[in-house]
Amino acid sequence: MKLQNITISRLQKLLLNRKISPQEITQALLARIREKNSRVNAYLTVAEDEAPAQAGVADKRLGKGDGACPLTGIPLAIKDNICIKGVRMTCASKILEHYVPPYNATVIERLSDQGYVLLGKTNMDEFAMGSSTENSGFAPTRNPWDTRCVPGGSSGGSAAAVAAGMCAAALGSDTGGSIRQPAAFCGVVGLKPTYGLVSRYGLVAFASSLDQIGPITRDVRDAAILLSAIAGHDPRDSTSAPKQPPDYLSKLGQSINGLRLGLPKEYFAEGLDPEVAASLEAAREVFSRLGVQFQEVSLPHTDYSIAAYYLIAPAEASSNLARYDGVRYGHRTSKPKNLLQMYYDSREEGFGAEVKRRIMLGTYALSAGYYDAYYLKAQKVRTLIKRDFDLAFTEVDALLTPTAPSPAFRLGEKVTDPLQMYLSDIYTNSVNLAGLPAISVPCGFTANGLPVGLQLIGPAFGEDRLLTIAYAYERETDWHTRRPNL
Amino acid sequence: MEQTPKLTVADVEYVANLARLSLTDEEKQSLTEELARILAYIEKLNQLDTAEIPPTSHVLSLSNVLREDKVAPSLRREVALENAPQAEAELFKVPKIIE
Repeated sequence: MKLQNITISRLQKLLLNRKISPQEITQALLARIREKNSRVNAYLTVAEDEAPAQAGVADKRLGKGDGACPLTGIPLAIKDNICIKGVRMTCASKILEHYVPPYNATVIERLSDQGYVLLGKTNMDEFAMGSSTENSGFAPTRNPWDTRCVPGGSSGGSAAAVAAGMCAAALGSDTGGSIRQPAAFCGVVGLKPTYGLVSRYGLVAFASSLDQIGPITRDVRDAAILLSAIAGHDPRDSTSAPKQPPDYLSKLGQSINGLRLGLPKEYFAEGLDPEVAASLEAAREVFSRLGVQFQEVSLPHTDYSIAAYYLIAPAEASSNLARYDGVRYGHRTSKPKNLLQMYYDSREEGFGAEVKRRIMLGTYALSAGYYDAYYLKAQKVRTLIKRDFDLAFTEVDALLTPTAPSPAFRLGEKVTDPLQMYLSDIYTNSVNLAGLPAISVPCGFTANGLPVGLQLIGPAFGEDRLLTIAYAYERETDWHTRRPNL
Repeated sequence: MEQTPKLTVADVEYVANLARLSLTDEEKQSLTEELARILAYIEKLNQLDTAEIPPTSHVLSLSNVLREDKVAPSLRREVALENAPQAEAELFKVPKIIE
């Protein structure tokens, strides 16, 4: 196997047995990035200096033997909305083009404690607002399977970097599907944790009641390894759940015979691409062979989730993005006439079209006279959506759905129609509204060679169950082992 | 939301002012059309009777998260100023507020 396509679990063994050094794998991946990033544009910043230095530190830890952790010497890519002290972080926005965080996100502290190697920061839709990475303030990322297509978004750079062999694994963030949908489009595994499982400290806020950081990896075991490293209570995030995460690795390989999977009938209705539907049907057969019982369930408020989401997320975003005022950090317009004009022009020049659109939508929904009609209404519908899931989980152990209604679409296909773009999150964003965990796993390819993903949704804090189910499926299939020809 | 008013350019200008965005005329025009279409789609929420439904602002049942009041170091002043567009005498510098 080529080094560039190695999994974390395989790399761990080679590193521990000293068959390969952290410097060797790091240099191999940096070379791959130099060779291929101009085609894919997965990275906004490559850690040319930091990566070799961190690999050297990891090498010493591995040499001592007792200092090694699961991620010691493992080279990772990090989405560019997660703060790393001293490394430029842009959120793919002109407004933060030159911003260098003075502190580490909690997830970065945890990875650093284990001795990971930072390869770089990955491209995304500006402030994570988008489903294609075309909203990047710099340049879009391209899908490694077909560079005419989008990689999905907003964590498109992270998913493309994993698919293209430009890192061992990556972190993304998911507010309405931003880990799972790009994972599906790029043929890799993406896990969105339960709200509150992973600290948001140091994650640039988009919609605070929905955002979660999670892993994007080549297989399910790697997702479990990376989740184990970042999950757990953080006193610096007041929305962090005071819970001890279970062992995500010990149950991998357990039988799923007798398990009940629900098929939400609203997810297999009109609008689902026939090739995606066929891949899901084939996946069902695999699960049936493993002894899984299927049951149709109903999530009757599915059709309202996009509407509720596109009130709640922009409302929270408009409030969160008020901080970009050109005073303490970020872009400031040159020669402002006065303070007020400085706010207007700095924001006008710094934000891209989709970010402005959402700030406007959110501000409108929260403005005097409209709060009850829009924002409060959406929060009530959020309750109904959450209740749908609660009820479904009294009947089944998890839900099986497509991750996205179609495979990766072409660049430019949906950019002129924001609403069409929003509708591509139909199967993912109600999961964020309900705060649940979900994982996307490769489950096939279209005739044109584009990956298809299935989504498993679990009850709150059911990541261990989801990983066990996904692992059982993955062992029976080889979709996750296929790599694009770049 | 029962009687959603039609969105006008003046509405967009009003909201842009609240959001501190100085939009171009072209942006005002396109945002008026785009937001109207999105709001029309969002209208579908009115099909649901939510009179008796409590709102969910947050999925975790956490409230009043308290911690011990311990003294810990904060960012040093010069570090906090490193990203400032303009700084002077240990302060963030902005255009004159009082004429």
